[in-house]
Amino acid sequence: MIPTRTLASSAALLAVFTLSAAPALAAAPEPMRFKSAEIEFPSSDRIFPGGHEAEAINNNCLACHSAGMVLTQPHLSKAEWQGEVTKMINVYKAPVDQADVAAIVDYLAAMKPQP
Amino acid sequence: MKSTLGIASRRGFLTGLGIGGLAAAAPAWAAGSVKLPLPGGPDERALTTAFPGKGEMILQRTRPPLLETPFEVFDEGVFTPNDRFYVRWHWANIPAAVDANTYRLKVHGHVHKDLSLSLDDLARLPRFEIAAVNQCSGNSRGLFEPRVAGAQWANGSMGNARWAGVRLKDVLDKAGVKAGAVQVRFNGLDEPVVDGAPDFKKSLDLDHAQDGEVMLAYAMNGEQLPLLNGFPLRLVVPGWYSTYWVKMLSDIEVLDKPDENYWMKIAYRIPDVPGANIKPGQTGFKTVPINRMVPRSFVTNMRDGAKVAAGSPVAIRGLALGGDCGVKAVDFSGDGGATWSPAELGMDEGKYSFRRFTGSLPALAAGAHAVKVRCTNANGLVQPMDPVWNAAGFMQNGVETVSFQVA
Repeated sequence: MIPTRTLASSAALLAVFTLSAAPALAAAPEPMRFKSAEIEFPSSDRIFPGGHEAEAINNNCLACHSAGMVLTQPHLSKAEWQGEVTKMINVYKAPVDQADVAAIVDYLAAMKPQP
Repeated sequence: MKSTLGIASRRGFLTGLGIGGLAAAAPAWAAGSVKLPLPGGPDERALTTAFPGKGEMILQRTRPPLLETPFEVFDEGVFTPNDRFYVRWHWANIPAAVDANTYRLKVHGHVHKDLSLSLDDLARLPRFEIAAVNQCSGNSRGLFEPRVAGAQWANGSMGNARWAGVRLKDVLDKAGVKAGAVQVRFNGLDEPVVDGAPDFKKSLDLDHAQDGEVMLAYAMNGEQLPLLNGFPLRLVVPGWYSTYWVKMLSDIEVLDKPDENYWMKIAYRIPDVPGANIKPGQTGFKTVPINRMVPRSFVTNMRDGAKVAAGSPVAIRGLALGGDCGVKAVDFSGDGGATWSPAELGMDEGKYSFRRFTGSLPALAAGAHAVKVRCTNANGLVQPMDPVWNAAGFMQNGVETVSFQVA
């Protein structure tokens, strides 16, 4: 038989649990604390291969984005590449020398997509 | 703040690289590579561990970063770990440091009272939590046939997290939205590299913004956001594509007329037809801003080309999402879609979360087999059997098939 006293303390303990559980659910948890964040962005050492043929694209395009995503595009027609370059210039304000546009489009249309 | 790689320094920057001296196929810090199932290729991508706060990721672009989650991560559970969560930025001017003490969120425009809220101010507002899938509009673009231009993602530009923060509604109520407001526009700390280029901003209709689910998340899976995923604050728009989930959110503007900025009016538009699905070359349709997600399901425990033992049942395990509502059912088929069996659904973490499913194909004869999985969402929308196509490569949700060999 369990002594009355133990029962009483069990009941008290249960009450404490019940009381403490309810406010824990109702009250907001500890407010979030924030730690300042700082990272170093990796840079890409990738350029458009092809030497002289790639000069125009390397000179004009790498200021805004690295080469990787361009080099891994599926085969696109010259018209599609012209559209991409035009969008970069007209919409995204890429500072491309007008004299280089044709060379860039030619390079992209002749590009053999590669990893 | 403009990039140190501005126009003036561009040629200097390239000289520094030593053109011609470096034509390596993969960056020096690449940690191996992976082949993605991109029809016609190029299908090889470097794996990288070079991005702070990130484990091994598929490198789609270094700058601005496009990092894809390796697909095996999705087999580990319904929540995507922060250090494997995909990363996608539009512009390369991304702050490399954010001071938690001086960061302020501005609320202004068609409101009674402009606000400038610190992170601690936000943390004192009622906390709201929701599990929700964040999926790039162009997830799976690389699998489109015919192929389309853009980020060539396989299926890994998606992730599921428990987001914690505050309801957008509570923040808007604090500012007091004026009568006549129609939309709310969101801007983050990232900026174009070139002056005059369109800053990345997105807008939601006011009713949507005030629905009590759209939220400002300061935590992701119990931790503050990785900087690359938008520390310290990002918009969470449950059930909608990630283009709306503005990262490093710093500015909320209540508008009294519809937003006509480039990223709403021209970019991220879909054909206004069911499932955004058209035929290559098709014209004559209206377009609307991309919006609600659609149901998808993926086998995660097997990849194309898997080898399976003959004579014993084949376990199928995967993840499904309902899109803008919960998952009602996932069915799987081992006979090309002629007959379907219901998968068992795992724990329900909320209607916007991934949902685990499991199933089993009977013991199969030796040879080539394939399993298809198909999700039906709570609104009754079913994944189409054929892949979706549109020129932007958005909203893919065709039934996935995994081929395997029984031996």
